[in-house]
Amino acid sequence: MSLQVEPRILPSMSTIRLRNVSKVFGDDSHKARALLQEGRSRDEILAETGYVVAVRDVNLDIEDGEIFVVMGLSGSGKSTLIRCINRLHPVTTGEVLIDGEDIVSASTDRLRELRRSKLAMVFQHFGLFPHRTVQENVEYGLKMQKMDVDERRARSETALEQVGLEGWGNRRPGDLSGGMQQRVGLARALATDADVLLMDEAFSALDPLIRREMQDDLLTLQRDLGKTIVFITHDLNEALKLGDHTAIMRDGQVVQVGTADEIVSQPSTEYVLEFTRDVDRSRVLTVGSIMRQPDTLVQGRDTVRTASARMRASDSDYMVLVDSNRQPLGLVLEEYVGPAIQRGVNDLGDVVSDSFVSCSTDDLLIDTYDSVIERQCIVAIDEHGQLAGVAEHLDILSSLAPATEITPAVSRSSHPANAHASTEAGAEQTLPAESTR
Amino acid sequence: MLDIFGHKTIPLEDWAEDFTFWLVREYRPFFQGVKWPVEQLLENIQDFLLWLPDWVVILILVLIAFRVAGRNVAIFTALSMMVIGFLGLWNEAMVSLAMVASAVLICALIGIPLGILTARSNWADQLVRPLLDAMQTTPSFVYLVPVVMLFSTGTVAGVIATLVFAMPPIVRLTNLGIRGVSPEAVEAAYAFGAEPRQVLIDVQIPLALRTIMAGLNQTLMMAMSMIVIASIIGAGGLGQPVRQGINNLQPGLAVIGGVSVVLLAMVLDRITQALATTDS
Repeated sequence: MSLQVEPRILPSMSTIRLRNVSKVFGDDSHKARALLQEGRSRDEILAETGYVVAVRDVNLDIEDGEIFVVMGLSGSGKSTLIRCINRLHPVTTGEVLIDGEDIVSASTDRLRELRRSKLAMVFQHFGLFPHRTVQENVEYGLKMQKMDVDERRARSETALEQVGLEGWGNRRPGDLSGGMQQRVGLARALATDADVLLMDEAFSALDPLIRREMQDDLLTLQRDLGKTIVFITHDLNEALKLGDHTAIMRDGQVVQVGTADEIVSQPSTEYVLEFTRDVDRSRVLTVGSIMRQPDTLVQGRDTVRTASARMRASDSDYMVLVDSNRQPLGLVLEEYVGPAIQRGVNDLGDVVSDSFVSCSTDDLLIDTYDSVIERQCIVAIDEHGQLAGVAEHLDILSSLAPATEITPAVSRSSHPANAHASTEAGAEQTLPAESTR
Repeated sequence: MLDIFGHKTIPLEDWAEDFTFWLVREYRPFFQGVKWPVEQLLENIQDFLLWLPDWVVILILVLIAFRVAGRNVAIFTALSMMVIGFLGLWNEAMVSLAMVASAVLICALIGIPLGILTARSNWADQLVRPLLDAMQTTPSFVYLVPVVMLFSTGTVAGVIATLVFAMPPIVRLTNLGIRGVSPEAVEAAYAFGAEPRQVLIDVQIPLALRTIMAGLNQTLMMAMSMIVIASIIGAGGLGQPVRQGINNLQPGLAVIGGVSVVLLAMVLDRITQALATTDS
């Protein structure tokens, strides 16, 4: 048996594609397939045959290196879905493509090989072996790879270090707290060097504090490892915090897929809307998603006079002064413009207030509270240091209110609920009247 | 008045009799063949126990008791075995011990794999369950006659009758133990690419071991309870003084036999119970 010791030069790609995946629990899969094809409803099938349609017609594209969260309440089929990916539950119909290879039709040998080398799993109640030491637990996947003992030991020690459990290898899982046990579960999954991590409600059994710690640690680990992670949870806050993308499931079907932002600001169904009501939106929404395009003045081109005229025309009380590279220099406030004209000052450089606060478009709203509290607005800049937009108090406050209407999934790019959420660069928009006081 | 029960409408009595005689006529050599390994096992254990000096047997039992169950059980074991010796029933006790040991060994050899099979296949479970019910509830006197006809009388026949009665608990509890293993631990093993055989050896059996040991303890107790009944078909051991006591109206003989059975049973129970409760 060859050992996987050769260093990885290129990070291997791991994408997961689910194509029309359905899973029915029942004795006769032919019958189940026929019922699905007839388009019978979940309730009809249950009443008639006692078969449970756990997952129905799920299509998902999970990209390499992302954390993809599947969120749903108990009975929504999310745990069944994740087990379809490593075939702990064979699907009834559909394809599960891992890097283009259909695991549904793989031979048993090939399936075992994929499980050993490519797909690692972390369980809600840890799924540890209580009669083995922590180290033996972590080594289990490597033992299945038939790796020799020394190599196994070295790898498991690295994995234990990664999760912060060095020195605990000789204990039994029962000696450890819940959080530590789940770290063992995580180390066992990391040790195999699998590209895909399947995490089934991995943090749900933990105390809130420990859970938050684990979430942060996972995000930190993920920055270095870049695994493709499928994460199941029933907690929307957790989903929004961890997920690059989140799929929301209900009754075995996916009702919405999107980034945290999209789900919170544009819930596509009443069901998702209900969920998002309790979300702390300040921890989900980024400045980039709520900012607006300000009226800008260009240093050297515009003068105090043109500024005054444009402010009157647009009824706004400030504008952003940028240089020719669109890098923000400061705010030009209406209250200074009038006196400047009277004094005969015409250079905007003399009236600009440079005590503005800038932030990145990726910053969460909760991180802007301190800086926005005493200022007119905060100025968001993109990765090139150029002006991306501004966010006023009112923009931030109004974005924190839960969405009140659903956004049908088709029109994902328009923002009827949030008139000032457009992020198109260069789009000139006039400020709404109510923000001028 | 219509007497519907006046005739034996279901001639089960005749059928059973015909069947037994047919079985004996056609297959007695086969059953004698089955008897052989049981006989070898029993006689080897029995000869060994009788060959060992009594104090060595006591010492071994005490050491085992001390190792698995601690000081108190060890003291209890020493006292009980000495009482049996002083009652003058040492050899009988060794014969009974050999009988019980071979019955339990055979029960484990057949029962544990059968229990694993029934745990992994609902189909097998449904098939075996009623059989176990019948084995456990049929009064043992019912099958003593066919056992004698097929296997003759004696201690070996006693062991075989004991097997019928003592097998069910080990099968049931192995089944229960395997089914009770945390499904996530089993899933985890599969998820990391284990084969069914590896899951069984690495996860299911170790985690079910306590329950399996509890089954072994039950099987042992059932086997002990057959000692006296088996003496009716000529099995030796502690059942004999009891049987003679009944036949010859010698209550004293029955009492010392009974006391010895109880003491031996308690010793074996305490030791095996400790196996089922300690951490493996």
